[in-house]
Amino acid sequence: MHKYLLVGTSGLTQAEGVHLAYLVASVLFILGLKQLSSPKGARKGNITAAVGMVIALGTGLVGLHPSSTKIILIVAGVAFGLVVGTVSARKVKMTAMPQMVAAFNGVGGGAAALVSVEEYARLIAHSSQAVVFVLTVVFSVVIGCVSFAGSVLAFLKLQELMTGRPVTYPGQQVVNALIVVAILAIAVFLIGFGTSVALVVVLLALALVLGVAFVLPIGGADMPVVISMLNAFTGLAVAATGFVLGNTVLIVGGTLVGASGTLLTKMMGDSMGRSLGNVLFAAVGKVTSSTGASTGEGETRSVRTGTADDIGVMLAYSHKVIIVPGYGLAVAQAQHAARELASALEKRGVEVSYAIHPVAGRMPGHMNVLLAEADVPYEQLKEMDEINDQFKLADAVLVVGANDVVNPSARNSPSSPIYGMPILNADQAKNIVFMKRSMRPGFAGVDNDLMFDPKTIMLFGDAKDSLNKLVAAVKAA
Amino acid sequence: MSNALIEYITIFVLAAFVGIEVISKVPTILHTPLMSGSNAIHGIILVGAIAVEANAHGALQLTLGLIAVVLATINVVGGFVVTDRMLEMFKARRPVEEKQD
Repeated sequence: MHKYLLVGTSGLTQAEGVHLAYLVASVLFILGLKQLSSPKGARKGNITAAVGMVIALGTGLVGLHPSSTKIILIVAGVAFGLVVGTVSARKVKMTAMPQMVAAFNGVGGGAAALVSVEEYARLIAHSSQAVVFVLTVVFSVVIGCVSFAGSVLAFLKLQELMTGRPVTYPGQQVVNALIVVAILAIAVFLIGFGTSVALVVVLLALALVLGVAFVLPIGGADMPVVISMLNAFTGLAVAATGFVLGNTVLIVGGTLVGASGTLLTKMMGDSMGRSLGNVLFAAVGKVTSSTGASTGEGETRSVRTGTADDIGVMLAYSHKVIIVPGYGLAVAQAQHAARELASALEKRGVEVSYAIHPVAGRMPGHMNVLLAEADVPYEQLKEMDEINDQFKLADAVLVVGANDVVNPSARNSPSSPIYGMPILNADQAKNIVFMKRSMRPGFAGVDNDLMFDPKTIMLFGDAKDSLNKLVAAVKAA
Repeated sequence: MSNALIEYITIFVLAAFVGIEVISKVPTILHTPLMSGSNAIHGIILVGAIAVEANAHGALQLTLGLIAVVLATINVVGGFVVTDRMLEMFKARRPVEEKQD
């Protein structure tokens, strides 16, 4: 016997209707993610996904017949969550966004774990369940709890409620390994041998400990990568809960986030010049191998590289961009390309100026001539003294073929050959794009600390070529 | 294996490929908003939370289900709202008047 959802139509059953509505929601999630990955459609994408969510939630109510007490509880719970979620999301400062995302992610993981525990407790009371059921319960409880506890810790670190530095202690790896072994042992028992709600609760507690232990040794600077990974974890936990409940929209939504989140985590690590393994286990390793040099940083320094497309988008959405031209720009005959880039940016409302160091080019004033030749408006050319306190207001600095004139060691390091030379304060900008022909990591020439600054992105290649690519990227953004 | 399980596994595998494919071209500046937006999507667990609460027996299950409903709602609502705030800065900036040069 079927209940008909749409009376008088060609016989769509209620179950079929639910499936179709879930399909619509799933498609909206996919479209939303697609739009979220391009600057033009990003805000729309968020709304698309939200519409999908509303449809899925409405559909999820079909076929439920809760008592009036439960209805009151559910409405109250949703209302409370709505207020907390909205208020905290609205009140949070833009600088505190990462920890807010961590918090929202953590509660999702916690919810996934709780839902699976509930379903296990409810069904196991009546009859034993299939292996896959128990397996997915165990998976979503463990991963959901790791995500919850890990996110809480990430929040505490980023909010500076605890130290943001890696927390390590002797034997940390052994302790972590023991927790993992205990979790695996309980998981194997539950899947293969027996049913016990109490053991699932123990599993939940151990997974919480694991989540804390896992994030403890990771430093605050790497937290965005960790949050992204925990986000993927929550996605997978939700997908597993979808298997537990036999709910397709949970499987689709969770898996989409799990898969895209995994890729995103890798991309974030790449753009920071860190591998995921490095992020997760570097500090733990440090305790055991204490052979490191006294300088600490020296050996492991890595640079971030970016693509012209990425950087073009970043420039296009900046307010203020400063170009630092150097001799390399003249060599590459790239002054016209630089001018084109500036025009493309100005068309989008970006304020562009050029910072001219006294020794830029081959002789004083050389660079001014070169740029004037390329029709750069005179008022955009700023002398060092005029522009040096503007860098801290700039969203991005584009260093084209210059090097020493932006080298902070001229300011900071008395041992440097160029110590004392007045420099452009490019290091004070929010983002620095360093355009160079090439650089082998660890190159031993005149080391420029600015290249290793976390705010710096390297763009390798011929200056003219790179500038033309940036022009295209800005126009496409 | 049951037909339903095969169906779920199929959906899972296909969704995994779609998830990877659909964001493969994201520029760096959108990493954080994208993470935040996908974060909101896994708030779909609210569907599950409401379902288990509707089927709960006894005070303990009711309480845990209620907590799950609250947490999942915070995930959904907070996730979408915070992402929208982040993306406000991507509003098309009004271009300055074209200079005649």
